[in-house]
Amino acid sequence: MATAAQVQTAPIPAQAAAARRLRQFEGRDRWIVLAMVGIPTILHIGLVWIPTVASILLSFTDWNGIRFTEMNWVGLENYRQIVTAFRRDFYQALINNTVLLIFLFLGPTALGIALAYMLDRDIRGTRFFQGIFFTPVVLSLAVVGFMWQSVIYSTENGLATQLFGGGNPVDWLGNQSFVIPIAQGFGVSANFLAILVAIAWRHTGYIMVLYLAGLKSVDSSLREAAMLDGSNEWQVFRHVVFPSLKPINVVVAVITVIEALRAFDIIYVLNVPRKTEVLSILTTNNLLGEGGGNVGRGSAYATILFVLCFGFVIWYVTNHYRRTQEGADE
Amino acid sequence: MSAATATAAAAPTTAGSRRRARITPGRILLYAFIAVTALIWLVPIAGAIFASFRPFAETVRDGFFSWPQSLTLDNYRGAWEQGDIARKYWNTAVILVPALIFTLFFSSMVAFVCSRFSWKFNILLLSIFTAGNLLPQQIIIQPLFQFYNRVELPEWLSNSGRLNGSALGIILIHVAFQSGFCTFVLSNYMKLLPKSLNEAARMDGAGAWRQYWEIIMPLTLPAIAALATLEFTWIYNDFFWAVVLEQQGADRPITSSLANLGGEFFTDDNLIAAASMYVALPTLIVYFALQRYFIAGLTIGAEKG
Repeated sequence: MATAAQVQTAPIPAQAAAARRLRQFEGRDRWIVLAMVGIPTILHIGLVWIPTVASILLSFTDWNGIRFTEMNWVGLENYRQIVTAFRRDFYQALINNTVLLIFLFLGPTALGIALAYMLDRDIRGTRFFQGIFFTPVVLSLAVVGFMWQSVIYSTENGLATQLFGGGNPVDWLGNQSFVIPIAQGFGVSANFLAILVAIAWRHTGYIMVLYLAGLKSVDSSLREAAMLDGSNEWQVFRHVVFPSLKPINVVVAVITVIEALRAFDIIYVLNVPRKTEVLSILTTNNLLGEGGGNVGRGSAYATILFVLCFGFVIWYVTNHYRRTQEGADE
Repeated sequence: MSAATATAAAAPTTAGSRRRARITPGRILLYAFIAVTALIWLVPIAGAIFASFRPFAETVRDGFFSWPQSLTLDNYRGAWEQGDIARKYWNTAVILVPALIFTLFFSSMVAFVCSRFSWKFNILLLSIFTAGNLLPQQIIIQPLFQFYNRVELPEWLSNSGRLNGSALGIILIHVAFQSGFCTFVLSNYMKLLPKSLNEAARMDGAGAWRQYWEIIMPLTLPAIAALATLEFTWIYNDFFWAVVLEQQGADRPITSSLANLGGEFFTDDNLIAAASMYVALPTLIVYFALQRYFIAGLTIGAEKG
């Protein structure tokens, strides 16, 4: 996006544009254009946006997903239950999502920027290293799950146990004790920290690639001028390079927030050890469980997730299209 | 592992290599840091590959990282049989190929109309697609599941007789969801093509369809190729839709069928290691063969689906 959006389209005089608008669709063409846009739009709205709205509406009902006649409007009852009867799961998930968000910024994002910055500095074999760091992003979850569950965190003979266990078995993914207690019965558990390591391993290469692309657009003469002025490497990065990466920074900030909110994959393939629940897991728990689902409560979790995400989504989309719109209008 | 960011990187890299930097303590430190980090990144991958070639008993006795007494292909043979890998590949292809084609086809049409013509709703429409792509999949799963459960299909389309449990259902949700990202990327790309192309085509009497198919699409091929590699990996690696919308393990595509059900098919860890190599192979081949397109796709779009 950074590369594409920055290059502005050629300016069009307003009158010519208006005239063109009149003759651009004529006769049969009008129907063809309508179909070209209409069919994909119906599919997208029908399977993405209508279910989103349905989730919000269903969150105010007690539906069990069997018969429509058994659906009752219960107002905020599902939400009340979430913060009372299910508060253990819910607050733990909120804590985990928040910790994940902070961690993604401090860990993989920072490391990704650092790696991108280093690999952009005329390094021998830079593409080889880029390939290594990016591989976890394309690797199937089936492999990622196996690697972390067995190779690294296996209680008896995983690498983590061999290195840090001191000869004793360590149950890395089962250890629910709180490393960072937050309140009575809540905190950041040891097994969640173990999972964070796996998430960092998978996320860093992705951020690195985005920044590598951004760094190509940084004017290298600016950097050299700053170096000649006697600035050190950190000052150049902090005051010259980083500010000029603003478009990428916006993208990465939004991606990071959204990835933190919708984290699901790795935790799921590691079989969701207790105390590592996140919101997206709670949303699907009520669906996949045995003996029918609780659609109302699942939808209430989904709605909470939606509300948390939507602000960022809107911000990102308006930000992007305002910029391209200005580009087209000027 | 060839040209990573070839198009963008070509100029600065070649210019840089001519005046290869002097060896300073700082640079040695830089190399050391990168090399050690890369090594750490490789450890889990190496461990899994290693385990897939060793007998189970040996790993249990000596740990995943220990000197091998014997190496064997037995795990690969066993996993292929027990995991029914051939069938799982087929299940994947049945979903992946149509989903990929229709995602690119649909999103290129929307992107074409929204970026090449000015009409009232184009920004709104692009916003809807872009925003839809950013939503967590889990938000829509409850109503989608209920809806899929209630749509009946003839038997030749679905073993279960419903959209739930059919390949068609999974294809549809992939197309609907992924077209958000692809429309976003392709409209960004098409916007940069000169407006005069459409003008000239219209003078020649070309209608909307011919302008799309004969003029704009050929010029958009680099972006399509980039997206195709990305979407191949994402759709292949998906297991969420397939786990929820296909309840029969045997009918699932390979990723979701083997993702966390180790115990269902396999008796030991080393068999799982071999099976997971079968799962990983197609995406790794695509990634290493087409790394250039892959990264181009990410950076035109700069945000994930």
